[in-house]
Amino acid sequence: MANDIASYGWSLALGITILKSLLLLVALLVFVAFILLADRKIWAAVQLRRGPNVVGPFGLFQSFADLLKFILKEPTIPAGANKGVFLLAPLVTTTLALAAWAVLPVMDGWAIANINVGVLYIFAISSLGVYGVIMGGWASNSKYPFLGALRSAAQMVSYEVSIGFVVITVLLCVGSLNLSDVVNAQRGNYGMFSWFWLPLFPMFVIFFISALAETNRPPFDLVEAESELVAGFMVEYGSTPYMMFMLGEYVAIVTMCALTTILFLGGWLPPFDVAPFTWVPGVIWFVIKTCLVFFMFSMVKAFVPRYRYDQLMRLGWKVFLPISLFMVVAVAGVLQFTGWAPGH
Amino acid sequence: MSVAQIFFYLFSAIMIGSAVMVIVARNPVHSVLFLILAFVNAAGLFLLMGAEFLAMILIVVYVGAVAVLFLFVVMMLDVDFAELKQGFAKHLPLGIILGLVLFIELAMVIGTYLVSPDATLVTPTLDTSLSNTEALGRVLYTDYIYYFQTAGLVLLVAMVGAIVLTLHHRPNVKRQKIANQVARTKETAMEVRKVQPGQGL
Repeated sequence: MANDIASYGWSLALGITILKSLLLLVALLVFVAFILLADRKIWAAVQLRRGPNVVGPFGLFQSFADLLKFILKEPTIPAGANKGVFLLAPLVTTTLALAAWAVLPVMDGWAIANINVGVLYIFAISSLGVYGVIMGGWASNSKYPFLGALRSAAQMVSYEVSIGFVVITVLLCVGSLNLSDVVNAQRGNYGMFSWFWLPLFPMFVIFFISALAETNRPPFDLVEAESELVAGFMVEYGSTPYMMFMLGEYVAIVTMCALTTILFLGGWLPPFDVAPFTWVPGVIWFVIKTCLVFFMFSMVKAFVPRYRYDQLMRLGWKVFLPISLFMVVAVAGVLQFTGWAPGH
Repeated sequence: MSVAQIFFYLFSAIMIGSAVMVIVARNPVHSVLFLILAFVNAAGLFLLMGAEFLAMILIVVYVGAVAVLFLFVVMMLDVDFAELKQGFAKHLPLGIILGLVLFIELAMVIGTYLVSPDATLVTPTLDTSLSNTEALGRVLYTDYIYYFQTAGLVLLVAMVGAIVLTLHHRPNVKRQKIANQVARTKETAMEVRKVQPGQGL
């Protein structure tokens, strides 16, 4: 019997991992469905409209109705398109966006893969995200998508640099690349004031803005600026492939919100380490914080006008890069000379 | 066959297949996409060997940055296939020689390994208690810090050189000067004029 378990051990582990992944996938997709609705509702509220309010109570099922609509429509492939790459692009976007969630810990020990290089994994996956956009833009074989794809390639590569430096300052304070360690390092005597958002406040702001640019959210949505490029790289897409682009984009946004939560807002930790707060399970705190960051994302969308392309590049290379580079040096110096560096 | 072996053969097969496709594919964009697939599978092989840091860096640097630039260039350039094919016969001997040299070198390396697997010039000293991120960090930033800094300096010089060669100031271009815009006040931007009735300005 013991021999049986030993020989089937890996298949059992594989089965459990698959089950966990499926559970996370379903939870994430349902979350994305409601966050999409929340995005539209918040946008509407800022503009004194009602937003979607027909399907279900308060329009709660709007996203599911949209899903049905997208799936039941006929996908069209332009005659001049490069068929294989054209259909591969949305798949790449969605798969990569979902793959990032394999390492994100939503509660102590609740990560599908608690790997030692978690931060690097997230960074690697998000740097691949640009391929979906480039492939989609090129394969469409048409002007607007191509321009959108070129813009996005430059934009995402630019802002990845400052995101990288921001992450490095956080890692300097933690002394580990493991995302669970990042959260645990923020546990302190002052509750929410010992989380990294306060001591690293400038980096928190830079990370938030860079996350907007990295996920092509307004005010940096030049990739799909409707007044110039119609819908950017998505012009030629419709029905299910379009939905997959949309889904990938929103999952990437939720990933960025979750990453902000983990790096700066204490992940699953309660805001104060006293009785009524500690009764709530960590995963609830995680979801609340992620929603809070997303609320900030959608408020920005609602009231900030779109950047011009040269301003976007200037902000990335001439403002964020020097500041974050300086902060890496400053934080490393402070940690070294005050003896606060972890692991000593 | 263990799980690791199955994955090893899977990654290797896809990698060799996509490496062949890089050369065979007629469309250069497809070639670059296959190259990316090869990189990703190489990262998978690194992971199997327990080198998780190298695997992630391979994806971040090569797939996330270098290959994006490749793709960028290949998409922007209008490659003339007919012209490319014309040179094929002319460059064939050179290609065969290069291929032969590579093949002989590989055969020598593998041959030596098959004859005596333990024969190496240096034995790496491995501290197995460290994670490989930490081990690499120690080697790069503590043991060989001066070589590392020199390599960085060489790259910096190359970058400065590239910028000097390509930068040229165009005189008649209007540029946005953020400092001037921010420094604008009511006094410098507005002027109040008395307008007489019946007359314009």
